[in-house]
Amino acid sequence: MLELYGISVASRLLLGTARYPSPAILSEAVRASRTDIVTVSLRRETAGSRTGSVFFELIRTLGVKVLPNTAGCHTVSEAVLTAKMARDVFATDWIKLEVIGNHDTLQPDVFALVEAARILNGEGFKVFPYTTDDLVVAERLMEAGCQVLMPWCAPIGSAMGPINLPALRSMRAHFPDVPLIVDAGIGRPSHAAIVMELGFDAVLLNTAVAGAADPAAMAAAFTGAIEAGRVAFQAGLLEPRDMAVPSTPVIGKAVFS
Amino acid sequence: MRVLIRGAGVAGLTLAHELQAKSVDVEIAETAARAGGRASWFAGGMLAPWCERESAPDTVLALGCTAADWWDAALPGHVIRKGTLVVAPPRDTVELTRFAARTCGCDWLDAGDITALEPDLAGRFRKALFFREEAHLDPRRAITALHDKLRAIGVRFHFEAAPDYSDEGFDRVVDCTGANAIGQAADLRGVRGEMLMLETSDVSLSRPVRLLHPRIPLYIVPRGDRRFMVGATMIETDDPGPISARSLMELLNAAYALHPAFCEARVIETGTGVRPAYTDNLPRFEIDGRTIRVNGFYRHGFLLAPSIAGDVAAHVTSDLRGDIGQMFVGVEAKLRSPERAHVIPLQTGANR
Repeated sequence: MLELYGISVASRLLLGTARYPSPAILSEAVRASRTDIVTVSLRRETAGSRTGSVFFELIRTLGVKVLPNTAGCHTVSEAVLTAKMARDVFATDWIKLEVIGNHDTLQPDVFALVEAARILNGEGFKVFPYTTDDLVVAERLMEAGCQVLMPWCAPIGSAMGPINLPALRSMRAHFPDVPLIVDAGIGRPSHAAIVMELGFDAVLLNTAVAGAADPAAMAAAFTGAIEAGRVAFQAGLLEPRDMAVPSTPVIGKAVFS
Repeated sequence: MRVLIRGAGVAGLTLAHELQAKSVDVEIAETAARAGGRASWFAGGMLAPWCERESAPDTVLALGCTAADWWDAALPGHVIRKGTLVVAPPRDTVELTRFAARTCGCDWLDAGDITALEPDLAGRFRKALFFREEAHLDPRRAITALHDKLRAIGVRFHFEAAPDYSDEGFDRVVDCTGANAIGQAADLRGVRGEMLMLETSDVSLSRPVRLLHPRIPLYIVPRGDRRFMVGATMIETDDPGPISARSLMELLNAAYALHPAFCEARVIETGTGVRPAYTDNLPRFEIDGRTIRVNGFYRHGFLLAPSIAGDVAAHVTSDLRGDIGQMFVGVEAKLRSPERAHVIPLQTGANR
């Protein structure tokens, strides 16, 4: 079982709740994915309105743990404020921390991210930082009190899949005991399987499911791929070789060449 | 038979039109001083079921594909049948492929075709989708004209009516108050939409243009008289307050991406409407005694109100023929009718 800040979770898929065709389809996708954790973005204007509560009520009735996020925040103070509002709305100290450095690429501002993580960890939050695959930034986040790291494998929403496998491998090797969740950039179930085969602990995705023609079916497909990748990692994968190796012994057979 | 309709937005007015056609005596109580409701007044007015099918279920296309004909018949001269153009910035052309794969009824255009349709967009986009069968109208003009027509044919309007305007003496009461019912109707929520109106002589368009963007899709609808409506955000809240700086910036950015000349346009209006929506984002009507509630049009008021109005009118008049004694109760006991997914008859209660 995967353990995140002392909580055991069975599913290794964390699902985003944005941009589904309708809340009803979102519910179907969450059920089909059998996920234990969904992320919810809290825009400031959403908090406190009657509807915000209707939408959030729907999220609560999904019966899964909510990981609120600070999507859309560009500064430390904005992210800290949003995290506090999320704590009130969802009664949780979990926060997926996003501090965006570029409006267009949605690349994290890692300097502000470390600073915001330090503040929030200090205030008792359990911080899930959305970061790049940079090892030094990851170390700084650990020093700031984070016990989980969420590196991207490609820019958000790009659907490119893991574009820097050596970086992901070295991250796994540098932090063997830290839960590592690939967040952002996954486009297909095979992408998710690849990062799980590398030994990552879980995958967080949104657009790849929400933007599918049939989100519920795609959610189930990701769940299957993630489970397959995890089992494969534990089962021990073969390393690729440069030449063919026969799977049956050749000694004792007639050789004609 | 006498029917009281609460709400003079697009749902109430189209229903009044359908009932009047069946010789039902209709009165409309509206709390505001004019027809138009709230969400209806800020609508895009696109009759674009094929574009909507990209992110909506088949029902929206099935019920919406006759909307242009309905409006044309009800209000001759209001419907502009010039299709919808869907474009994407060069780096986002993959969005066009995705959009086309999710729906039907469109042709691929190249740069030359785009120039032929919209000369002012010449050289700006290499590829586009064209939804030939789609149409649009000006929602405010259409609402006003529908109000005038209904008045002329005998529908009585009570503006600035109290919310609990007396329904004594009416055989049926139809609640078409849209977002006003949020908090009362189960599962009904608001989806905030912000828009703005630009005025410029530097750009001319003859049909709605949708600009695809992974995060901020937007449309621009020419309103004639050098005006363009730019919309609309989709935010999960029923806050009707003024447009936020972020939304304004995003809408203006997108207008600029469509054509840089929009930079010099004057912003003559910004507005916010709250779209009432159920969890499946489809409209429905619920029957509860002599009250019928019609709601949940989401962003499809002008597109789907005619079809739902036809169904409600048929229900009301069929009752007149013999079902008067039947009582419908229990809003929570919803049974989906298999052939019309949007109709939720509440007929599990005891018959009187």
